[in-house]
Amino acid sequence: MYVAVKGGERAIDAAHAWLADERRGDTGIAVLSVAQIREQLALAVNRVMAEGSLYDPDLAALAIKQSRGDLIEAVFLIRAYRTTLPRIGASTPIDTGRMDLTRRISATFKDLPGGQILGPTFDYTHRLLDFALMAEGETPASVISAPVSSPTGETGVHLAAAVPHVTGFLNRDGLIQTETPGDSTPPDLTREPMELPATRPLRLQALTRGDEGFVLSLAYSTQRGYGRTHAFVGELRIGTVAVEMDIPELGFAVQIGEVEVTECETVNQFTGSKTEPPQFTRGYGLVFGQTERKAISMSLVDRALRWQELGEDFTGAPAQDEEFVLMHADNVQATGFLEHIKLPHYVDFQAELELIRRLRREAMAEREAAE
Amino acid sequence: MTDQAYNFAYLDEQTKRMIRRAILKGIAIPGYQVPFASREMPMPYGWGTGGVQVTAACLTPDDTLKVIDQGADDTTNAVSIRKFFQRTAGVAVTEATTEATIIQTRHRIPETALTKGQILVYQVPIPEPLRFLEPRETETRKMHELEEYGLMHVKLYEDIARHGTIATSYDYPVKVEGRYVMDPSPIPKFDNPKLSDNPAIQLFGAGREQRIYALPPHTHVVSLDFDDHPFTASKAAHDCDLCAAQDSYLDEVITDDQGNRMFVCSDTDFCRSRREAGHLGRLGTPLSEVEQ
Repeated sequence: MYVAVKGGERAIDAAHAWLADERRGDTGIAVLSVAQIREQLALAVNRVMAEGSLYDPDLAALAIKQSRGDLIEAVFLIRAYRTTLPRIGASTPIDTGRMDLTRRISATFKDLPGGQILGPTFDYTHRLLDFALMAEGETPASVISAPVSSPTGETGVHLAAAVPHVTGFLNRDGLIQTETPGDSTPPDLTREPMELPATRPLRLQALTRGDEGFVLSLAYSTQRGYGRTHAFVGELRIGTVAVEMDIPELGFAVQIGEVEVTECETVNQFTGSKTEPPQFTRGYGLVFGQTERKAISMSLVDRALRWQELGEDFTGAPAQDEEFVLMHADNVQATGFLEHIKLPHYVDFQAELELIRRLRREAMAEREAAE
Repeated sequence: MTDQAYNFAYLDEQTKRMIRRAILKGIAIPGYQVPFASREMPMPYGWGTGGVQVTAACLTPDDTLKVIDQGADDTTNAVSIRKFFQRTAGVAVTEATTEATIIQTRHRIPETALTKGQILVYQVPIPEPLRFLEPRETETRKMHELEEYGLMHVKLYEDIARHGTIATSYDYPVKVEGRYVMDPSPIPKFDNPKLSDNPAIQLFGAGREQRIYALPPHTHVVSLDFDDHPFTASKAAHDCDLCAAQDSYLDEVITDDQGNRMFVCSDTDFCRSRREAGHLGRLGTPLSEVEQ
């Protein structure tokens, strides 16, 4: 006797219990603390904050722990939490020119005011597994010498003083296209449905919270000729900036905290178009945390998406296609829709079964009649 | 056991107001897709976040909620969504179609006829009926504006030219009040006739795609077809093996590895009430014996 499939509720409860068990793993191994994740897996924390659009290292670390290290799942946890938070207001725009730098490099100038600061980067490490890290004991804390910043000999532990942007130097000579400043409130795709065609601020918002892998691949495709933009890293800077907010009762802005961000400005060769003279053009990337791969990728894609504004041709490259880029950059949306095909579809499948059976029956009958 | 940390039915009142405005606009323009600022919900996109937001915006503490997936109340995702609202809204829930004031559904319209005052909320994956003919939203919106539906008719015609029939068995496009072509969500085309002249309010929520659309009560809805190839609602040519219903949509269940199968109502509430009323199918057991 057949009894229709029952017990969805019990199955779900059992699955949750099993998941919790798997998440903890072998109880003989010490439990991982949220603080350990925050401190020792900081780049994962940064990615979750950036794509989750919420600057909170503790919650991002918690999300990573809860999601068993599945970063897209962690991003999702953060987003679902973030969406419930009330908005108490907006900060004044952050001033990345007054960033407390931990890293600042330019690929276009050997030296420049403010100096080059290599900072904590993997760039020149040899990718050899460090078995000492595995042998339980950490290497003794190394003495971090005050960073020697630039060939000019300036040291820069604290450079909170203004460090001018590289693109500013070019601008003085009129060699780079100027960005017109604007005071209008940028749109917010977390509060308003995405409207196409989008404005540049909306595109930048979508890119900064877009999936790192997706934005990276798009940027890479422009380098390989699908919407080539001839990008140089004019400047990449990482550090903390003050977040200030206007307090109506006080009548002036006060600092309410600070956030770490990565900012990338590309300088792109541009030989001119029907509407614009030959000059350098820009792409822009700004991402929470030390996330330089993402920030560089973002600036390349931003530049590729500006073809219309700069009077360039649309070559059909994916990275030039605003609707394609913006509608597919969000990994929480993408993973949800992709994975939902695991849900039961047997009603639709049944309808398809009936259809295929009928079409087959008719096709077979025709074939037989022909023979 | 309402979670105090969250507002009634999870969403904050501002968000609910925004969604209600979209719903009202949708009701005012039947079949038109209203953009709305869909929120991240604590379940993934694709799991019914659009439907959940619409339900959350419609729920009042006095409502009785029914949630079905594939017609069944006890499929995992239906259980999960029902639990979510029990937890965040503390509303009464039911499996009986007739008792519910709001029914959230995925892929089916209940067999039992809906009545005035009920709301049927559909979960919608891709709200745009023209999407697979034209991938760009900027283009499809224009096509709706200009009522330019030739592409859809060409597609249906090509089906007939190739297969001798319209090869769409679910997600079958409809025209609403002679104006908008609308995606009825992936319900089997068997359910399409129930869309039209329905006394209940029908609301459609697509979370990931940020669209809400609606059919007010007694809206005229026509499944697209041609005079010489009229639309037909189809189902498996069997009776339900449990309750002997001849007119309900059936699931096909493989019962052993010899290729034997049985057909049962996909609407579990419908099937159960029929068996309670004494109807017995080919493989059914009287309910009294099952209980023991």
